[in-house]
Amino acid sequence: MESNIKVSLRKLNFYYGKAHALKDINLEIIANQVTAFIGPSGCGKSTLLRTLNRMYDLYPGQRAEGEILLDGINILDRKTDLNKLRARVGMVFQKPTPFPMSIFDNIAFGIKLYESPSRSELADRVEWALRKAALWNEVKDKLGQSGYSLSGGQQQRLCIARGIAVKPEVLLLDEPASALDPISTARIEELIHELKADYTIAIVTHSMQQAARVSDYTAYMYLGEMMEYGRTDVIFTNPTKKETEDYITGKFG
Amino acid sequence: MLPKYQRRRLLNAFNLTLSLITMVLGLTALGWILWVLLDFGLKGIHPSIFTQITPPPGSNGGLSNAIFGSVAMSLMGTMVGTPIGIMAGTYLSEFGQRGWLAPVTRFINDILLSAPSIIVGLFVYEVYVTTTHHFSGWAGTFALSLLVIPVVVRTTEDMLRLIPNTLREAAAALGAPRWKVVTLVIWRAARAGMITGVLLAIARISGETAPLLFTALNNQFMNTNMNTPMANLPVVIFQMAMSPYDDWHNLAWAGALLITVTVLVLSIIARFLFKKEVTAN
Repeated sequence: MESNIKVSLRKLNFYYGKAHALKDINLEIIANQVTAFIGPSGCGKSTLLRTLNRMYDLYPGQRAEGEILLDGINILDRKTDLNKLRARVGMVFQKPTPFPMSIFDNIAFGIKLYESPSRSELADRVEWALRKAALWNEVKDKLGQSGYSLSGGQQQRLCIARGIAVKPEVLLLDEPASALDPISTARIEELIHELKADYTIAIVTHSMQQAARVSDYTAYMYLGEMMEYGRTDVIFTNPTKKETEDYITGKFG
Repeated sequence: MLPKYQRRRLLNAFNLTLSLITMVLGLTALGWILWVLLDFGLKGIHPSIFTQITPPPGSNGGLSNAIFGSVAMSLMGTMVGTPIGIMAGTYLSEFGQRGWLAPVTRFINDILLSAPSIIVGLFVYEVYVTTTHHFSGWAGTFALSLLVIPVVVRTTEDMLRLIPNTLREAAAALGAPRWKVVTLVIWRAARAGMITGVLLAIARISGETAPLLFTALNNQFMNTNMNTPMANLPVVIFQMAMSPYDDWHNLAWAGALLITVTVLVLSIIARFLFKKEVTAN
């Protein structure tokens, strides 16, 4: 069990300026499993996700205290190379964010940052990523077209393909399906199932059903605190805390 | 006393009429200027203005030396000012969140943006013309580039700020260093808007007289050596319009029409490009 821990949070506190957004979070994310973060808006679940690749570092005034161990090494350390960290911990956002370039270049962009593949290797890798994201069949004849030409659901799968093309170890998904229709959502959920064989996945979601469908572990957060964390089947059938039960049964929030 | 609803309707009609009148007033002034310009300018437009140099009073000639000088100095001024403006604008938008340098730069740039161009001309006269002891095309280029920089800085910063942060985060999330995020993703997303800014800067400098009066001065002859005084449309128009000769007046009007049409075309291209970008996003 111990060796399967991919990310470990120890007494993590997070501040937006003076606002205390995460309070003494302790949590262990298991490798090759899907961990879902649920809770009402403003509870800090997206904030927590953004500490795992230190995305918050882009903005002045945001800071984290405590420890986040990725494979046992503290990534909150000053010496951490942020670019290399983010290449290991990929992220997909709520809204699709294709780059203003062709579908092919959208995927190739990340690959070329850390590798110098030949043209055929690059083409193979792009195809591999698009197949993984279940997008290949829809775009294989128009790889040269702009990423904006795709539908919302396709754009989001393009972003997932872009994220896995750099072969990260951990994939962070911040409400990846909240802007999509039910069919696109179903495809993304299938994808999450398939991806966990290779990646450790952390997903923030507002949909309780989605958390129940895709995750192995669930963390319920409220007002910046970790209320309850455990196996998804246990959390959803037999939560230990009254607050958790109220939230997942819809009595609250 | 009228009922409340009717009073409101009357007030609405009154205000609408008032704003219509002011709009008509503005449009009339603009239309009048354009009409006079077309009326006088078209008389002077003739193929020879592109092929012959400025004549002495009383003989035939054109504006070719002034057109060449204007194009050369505007082009060089834009080529010098654009990279500086784009780099500075990028710094303000992408790198200047922390510290005092960006706010101070932004403030000074805003002052430069609204500074009377004659001051820029005097400045270049003092630091360049008096040290080299002669007027020159390069001095004119220098002055024009100083006018290009603040415009490009401002539009570049504004255009880059329109790009949502999610795009920056998405690129950073792949492990891209900051400078690659900016040059490969953000610039590309804002490209049309940034080009629009450069076109607007060209439109601004192509009609400037004051900064060229003390720097490039003028030249009666065709001259391709930028290190000597150079003819240019605004100063030629200024000189010819002040003269008592009718044929010079015609040439001055033709030159004014040329500048106006150029600015109009640049503005239309800029609008078209910007519209395309807004719909693409």
